[in-house]
Amino acid sequence: MTDITKEAIMPPRSFLSQDAIQVFYRLLAALLICAVLAVLSDSFLSLGNILNVLRQASLTFFIASGLTLVVLTAGLDLSVGANVALSACIAGTVIHKTGSPALGILTGLACGGIVGLLNGIMVTALRIPSFIATYGMLWVLNGLTYWYMAGETLHGFPAGFRQIGSGYLFGLPIPIYLLLVFLGIGTLFAQRTIWGQEIYAIGANPVAARLSGIPVARRLLLVYAVSGTMAGLASIIFLSRLNSAEADIGESLTLPAIAAVLIGGTSLFGGVGTVFGTFIGALILTLVLNGMNLLSVSANWQPLVTGIIVILAVWLDMKTRRRAQ
Amino acid sequence: MSDALPIEVTSPTPLLELRGISKEFPGVKALDDVSFAVYPGEVHMLLGENGAGKSSLMKVLCGAYRADAGEFYYEGKKVAISSTADAQKLGIAVIFQEFSLVPYLDIAQNIFLGREPKGHIPGTIDRRKILADAKRVLDTIGFDIDPSTIVDKLGVAQQQMVEIAKAISQNARILVMDEPTAALSDRETELLFALIARLKADGVSIVYISHRMAEVFALGDRITVLRDGRRIDGVRPADVTPDQLVRMMVGRNVDMTYPRNFADKPGELLLEVKGLTASTGISDINIEVRRGEIVGLCGLVGSGRSEVARAIFGADPVSAGEIIFDGKTISGEPDLAARRGIALIPESRKSEGLALLRSVSDNLVVSALRKLFPSGLFDQRGAQRTSDALIRQLRIATPSARQTVGLLSGGNQQKVVIGKWLAAGSKLFIFDEPTRGIDIGAKSEIFALIDRLVAEGAAALMISSEQVEICHVCDRAYVMREGRIAGHLNRNELTEENIVRLGMHHA
Repeated sequence: MTDITKEAIMPPRSFLSQDAIQVFYRLLAALLICAVLAVLSDSFLSLGNILNVLRQASLTFFIASGLTLVVLTAGLDLSVGANVALSACIAGTVIHKTGSPALGILTGLACGGIVGLLNGIMVTALRIPSFIATYGMLWVLNGLTYWYMAGETLHGFPAGFRQIGSGYLFGLPIPIYLLLVFLGIGTLFAQRTIWGQEIYAIGANPVAARLSGIPVARRLLLVYAVSGTMAGLASIIFLSRLNSAEADIGESLTLPAIAAVLIGGTSLFGGVGTVFGTFIGALILTLVLNGMNLLSVSANWQPLVTGIIVILAVWLDMKTRRRAQ
Repeated sequence: MSDALPIEVTSPTPLLELRGISKEFPGVKALDDVSFAVYPGEVHMLLGENGAGKSSLMKVLCGAYRADAGEFYYEGKKVAISSTADAQKLGIAVIFQEFSLVPYLDIAQNIFLGREPKGHIPGTIDRRKILADAKRVLDTIGFDIDPSTIVDKLGVAQQQMVEIAKAISQNARILVMDEPTAALSDRETELLFALIARLKADGVSIVYISHRMAEVFALGDRITVLRDGRRIDGVRPADVTPDQLVRMMVGRNVDMTYPRNFADKPGELLLEVKGLTASTGISDINIEVRRGEIVGLCGLVGSGRSEVARAIFGADPVSAGEIIFDGKTISGEPDLAARRGIALIPESRKSEGLALLRSVSDNLVVSALRKLFPSGLFDQRGAQRTSDALIRQLRIATPSARQTVGLLSGGNQQKVVIGKWLAAGSKLFIFDEPTRGIDIGAKSEIFALIDRLVAEGAAALMISSEQVEICHVCDRAYVMREGRIAGHLNRNELTEENIVRLGMHHA
């Protein structure tokens, strides 16, 4: 055998992984925003406000965490908001009819999961691009929900059930505990399981992933089902917090969730990103909106600011990654 | 490493001359004081291993890179090439391996892209004129095709012709071609060679980058050899032997004999394919592979070799027939085949074999996740350990297991693809053109690796367009023709002539 192995001339990768560095930048940005808001507004640093920010961020995060997995596979789930609405309405009905919150929660999660699975089947078996499949699903779900609710509003749930969204434990809102739990589960799943690794591999190059022996279709089914189930979970927290459900509650949820994923550094091209990044993304988004409220900036400006943050975040992300390459 | 004396040529002034070109990237001198001259109407072969500086020189020539130092002379006059526009003005055109055609436009639109003849109504194209002009250009290169054909419908060879036509229409006087025959069949290659002869006669100079020794001698008027960013020598084909050229390229004697220790007798039957038929164009394929064997699968490009490999691996659906592996019938997706112990090393490793943006480690363990982490819990350090072992074992040249795999050279990328199946503990390795785009030293390493695999009880099915590889490495070979097995050659019958004879149409 000839010794042709040349000393490679590229610089070694740094100690921290690319993903860790990107998350670090985002934490820095979040802290910077906090610092600015603390200076500009007296009430920002109050415990009540901080808990409020975290609670709001948690709802976006639940939806966005499942979505992150979908985006990691280079897919998109546009039906999450509509899924939240349908799941909330169905769960609410079950609770009203049976009086059992546990049964309602299970139905809500199941409904979300089944919708996700249907998305997955459209993407894998029917090979419809995820963007289009879930966009169609958005309309179907909206249609079902409007028909089912027929303009009615579900209202008034048992006090125990309402604790999930509005209760406190050791002085902290319960959604914050749920946030920590699912942040942990999501991060472990993505980084520390072989399924997570396979999801990254699929997003990085689906053809190579399949030819490397990864069961791509099964993993995609899983990812869409998880995304749907997380929407189901969000629907329960939504229901419990608002103490009511209407057909249109999901309409303002999808785009912020996508924004959180993108601000968090997950690439729409797949294979790059973290669940923890999405959490920071949701936090940044919520912080900015919270700050605008505290500073009495008209709510009309919020979409504009969100848009600018998303574009800025993605642009900076591309710039820093390119330099790292 | 002194520059050899310039070769005397019939024409006194070169059309284009580069003197002392240097180009540095952070940490690497891509070009180091390279001088290079192109004379009118010559075919100038550019030789060197991957990473020798051929691509960099080509990019400097066409203005894509700006040289850090050095001078350019055009017909004896000093000029500057600092942008692609400069190069274009001097009549330098490059035919890259990846074509730059717009797939959904027709041939004429592609040829005159950005220079379309304007119609009477502002913003429109004069259709009649663009078609007539395109036809004229196509005629000059002897390419008989309707210029209104959509480029997407063309084969690789035809797209290449369109690229050449485009260059000619821009009055190119120097045509740089980067491994133009890499994806062509033998027949198409002949047509290309005829065209090159024609262009030469018209006074067009051709800078031709190749890895194929036969081409170098068949086509070249002069040869420049690069190594590690330096010009090693300039020679005429008549004055050198292939061995001498190889030595210049690698800087030492390379044992071009293929490392292979043939076993006395083959092991037990590992793969049995019976009557395999698939809608991808293969029918009634019967193949047997035993442990300890390297079995060749040859035939022309397009004869169905890759399709057979994909069907066995489960990558394409099978419509009839049976695949028996290790005593059991298999049918299903690649994940099943992979779990049973079949490995596919696909033809295009960049698009089908690797996740280029992920690390060497990520790529090495991707097929072995279940085996390495039976609990389902992934552990980065465990992956790193496995990867480090494979990097040592396969001598993958990478600064670390965390390096992005896309930054490695072709040969090292190929080792990563093979390594991922070693990690998975595969028993049958299906190689589809394992040495394409890999330099000579790495080729012989890859063959040594395959030899070691089968000596340890694995088996290999190897597709290669390089018949000489098949002849040296394989125990026996199947030859395909038009989607069927046209014949089988035992070790003692395995010659290039026999392969060609069986593989040719109506032989």
